[in-house]
Amino acid sequence: MGDKFVGTPKKASVHVNQNEDLIFEKSSPGKKAYRLSELDVPAVDAAALLGDAVRTDLGVMPELSEIEIVRHFTRLSTWNYAIDLGMFPLGSCTMKYNGRVNELVARLEGLADAHPYQPESLSQGVLEIMQVLSDSLLDITGMDSITLQPAAGAHGEFTGILLVRAYHESKGNPRKKILIPDSAHGTNPATAAVVGYQVQNLKSNAEGMVDLEELEKLVDEDTAALMLTNPSTIGVFESEIHKIADILHAKGALLYMDGANMNALVGKVRPGDFGVDVMHLNLHKTFSTPHGGGGPGSGPVACKKILEPFLPTPVLATKSNGTLTLDYNRPQSVGRVRAWYGNFGMFIRALAYILANGPDGLRQTTEDAVLNANYLRAKLEDVFDLPFKTASMHEVVFSDKLQAKNGVKTGDMGKRLLDYGFHAYTVSFPLIVAGAMMIEPTESESREELDLLIDALRQIAREAEENPELVKTAPHTTRLRRLDETTAARKPVLRWKAPVASTQLTPDTAAKEW
Amino acid sequence: MRYLPKSPSDREAMLADIGAKSIDDLFATVPAEYRLSRDLNVPRQHGEQEVIEHFKAFADKNALGYASFLGAGAYRHYRPVLIDTVVSRGEFLTSYTPYQPEIAQGTLQALFEFQTMICELTGMEISNASMYDGSTGAAEAVMMAVRVTGRNGAVVARTVHPEYREVLTTYAQHQSIPKTEVDYDPATGRVDLAKLDAAITDDTACVLIQSPNFFGTIEDVAAIADIAHKKGALLIVSIAEAVSLGIVKPPAEADIVAMEAQSFGVPVGYGGPYCGVIACKEKFLRQMPGRLAGETKDMDGKRGFVLTLSTREQHIRREKATSNICTNQSLVALMVTVFLTVYGKGLKELAEQNLAKAHYAAQTIGGSGKVLFGGAPRFNEFVYQGSRTSEEGNAALLQAKIVGGLPLEKFYPELGPNASLWCATELTTRAQIDAAAEVLK
Repeated sequence: MGDKFVGTPKKASVHVNQNEDLIFEKSSPGKKAYRLSELDVPAVDAAALLGDAVRTDLGVMPELSEIEIVRHFTRLSTWNYAIDLGMFPLGSCTMKYNGRVNELVARLEGLADAHPYQPESLSQGVLEIMQVLSDSLLDITGMDSITLQPAAGAHGEFTGILLVRAYHESKGNPRKKILIPDSAHGTNPATAAVVGYQVQNLKSNAEGMVDLEELEKLVDEDTAALMLTNPSTIGVFESEIHKIADILHAKGALLYMDGANMNALVGKVRPGDFGVDVMHLNLHKTFSTPHGGGGPGSGPVACKKILEPFLPTPVLATKSNGTLTLDYNRPQSVGRVRAWYGNFGMFIRALAYILANGPDGLRQTTEDAVLNANYLRAKLEDVFDLPFKTASMHEVVFSDKLQAKNGVKTGDMGKRLLDYGFHAYTVSFPLIVAGAMMIEPTESESREELDLLIDALRQIAREAEENPELVKTAPHTTRLRRLDETTAARKPVLRWKAPVASTQLTPDTAAKEW
Repeated sequence: MRYLPKSPSDREAMLADIGAKSIDDLFATVPAEYRLSRDLNVPRQHGEQEVIEHFKAFADKNALGYASFLGAGAYRHYRPVLIDTVVSRGEFLTSYTPYQPEIAQGTLQALFEFQTMICELTGMEISNASMYDGSTGAAEAVMMAVRVTGRNGAVVARTVHPEYREVLTTYAQHQSIPKTEVDYDPATGRVDLAKLDAAITDDTACVLIQSPNFFGTIEDVAAIADIAHKKGALLIVSIAEAVSLGIVKPPAEADIVAMEAQSFGVPVGYGGPYCGVIACKEKFLRQMPGRLAGETKDMDGKRGFVLTLSTREQHIRREKATSNICTNQSLVALMVTVFLTVYGKGLKELAEQNLAKAHYAAQTIGGSGKVLFGGAPRFNEFVYQGSRTSEEGNAALLQAKIVGGLPLEKFYPELGPNASLWCATELTTRAQIDAAAEVLK
């Protein structure tokens, strides 16, 4: 690549990170990292008690000492990028700081070891946490009722659409189809299909928003609901949202809101005020419960009064004596979507976040998130194509149009960002923008970190112009270089297998016929 | 606002750079009538110490300092200290789904190790990298069996966890999957094989059982598999108490195992987050929901791991998707992986302790009444039928700071008001068992 332009990352340099085998390759028979307490009851003969059902061989489970296990997982951890190391500009994923007090309170004795079947008289503390969190989320969304049961955002969508279906069924007809904008999250159409609805796609208009005329044409007596993300996936507030709601309601259809982007609205705007009938929240996004490398999430569903009778059982209620209870007697309920009450550990973390912020902090958080996105937009719109000029909220979507001329695609620039010490932005989304570069900074980034990202992206844009091969073959400084995903999918290797032990060859002394 | 890293002057300068006069300019696209002009009605801002005090006050209102004999799908086991040491590391705790594998090898390798251990323990060939929990995992497994067989019905044992069955009802209803329940043999508490045989039709996609089942007894998986397979149905085995796999033969005759791995180092935590997982025969790979970590090589030939087979996933297939699973339980799967690494082959010894404690508890507590379903082997749970109602017995136990077994009448009215489900694990002490027996005498 000669003396072509090579940018200089200001944030990162290559650091030592140690090699580490799979845990099975480090194991040796007889090592132990545990010792059980002394058995204080008579020992039993497992074979006598279990008969044919007794297990004799556990397979290849690892055998190591404690120090080896600590080093194994600590070394693995150093191979991960994380919010604690820097910014994740992932659009629509809302990767924000996870307050550490959240982790401490989630581990308090009495909360972490509460059993889901312990008597209600001994559960008032956990139920109060659910109550205070529910009340807070209801005021934040402007809705009337809520269930905390869904285990993740997509599970919340599933629950929300079940409510929609049950509502229409109670009126005599479940209706047939769900309208979904082409800008929607991929889980939206999947959810509608899983609940037994036909999906009807709705084209976005030139601003990337819902096309009202198109909507008017499509909504009819067979439409159960529209699933809408607001702010949309291009980070734009649907400013004609009230008209959208009116068009749906006029035909008896409901408005479902995907609340993935609520980080742009908390404390400033409430979906319940602009006509939303049902929505889910992602506690692992807006309310800072950690993503943990892909979960656990938590996806509460809030709804208007008309949908309350259909909420999953049990529903949190207050008895006449003021104590909290779980109400199972809900004849119109859609049933259960998960055992027990949901990802309770995430409720604790979300409530700790709300307590740490208060009303003033939540509003300032939203303002800072929107400020950060607009700052990035202002500082980058001269080097990257901006397909929609509409005002941005919490995220901004550029495209690779200017760089693609030199063969450099959005994915390449995302990979090059890794060399600069950042995680990539979202590259495969939204589908309405070819070569989308979807960036959501969140409120957690300082001006200094934003400036580092801006600097990195501007250098990469220049590299794409003057030294495209460098970008197309990135990353260059990570522990591993680009991975062969095609072979991984064509010849899947999904588990480790012990190598076949080599057996001693013995000479064959039998008479040879050749 | 200690989490916000901007000074007031930063904000001013940034607004100036954007060309906005005030922050309100940035919300101009929101119609004025929808802008909130008041403070949210949420608790006021708390200092860190106040947050901790707040939650300590909640914790104090719970069952602090009680002995407990509750199991029924949520099990108290000792959690080695290493688990929280590892999952508290920011690089695991605060990382994202590994969509950029070059900088997520830590999570990916750990998930690959998780999948391997789950396969070894369940006797299955492949495993995914986790599901929401055991209940949704079982429902997803049934939907998977419908896709694999092209048939449509599910035959479900009544000894499957009642809440799992409720979740399945919710899921099955909208996929138009008819569900038939099969009763248990009153002598053993196991699936009634004759009734099972009669319930399977030409349109049965799968038989769903749980082993150890809700009563704690171990099903005859091989016999059930025979019956299901003869009629062309798949067998799905749900496992709610994963520690049983240390001493109970794995359900290798099953086609799909839908397991709840909470027992492997995950806090009981009032029911979640837990760690569901689906493991199965390799031939069903393309119909398996959820994420998978797979081994591959990088451009330089070095071993590495990626999320793979995403063509099955919702974000590619959209309305053709057969499952809408997105976020899974990655960090909880990591807890499980650490737990299994600490115990390793020692899982057998742990399971033996559970067996011994439950055996002693059944003998001791059972002395004041009877233990039902003696005709079958069991792991760490048993059904006790006392001389008074479970409600009365439990009230007396609470006086002694003991939480007794789960009353079963709500789920199994035929067992009457005196039957309850008891669990003892390695954490249950002889003194606690003796004290409970004394109260119930």
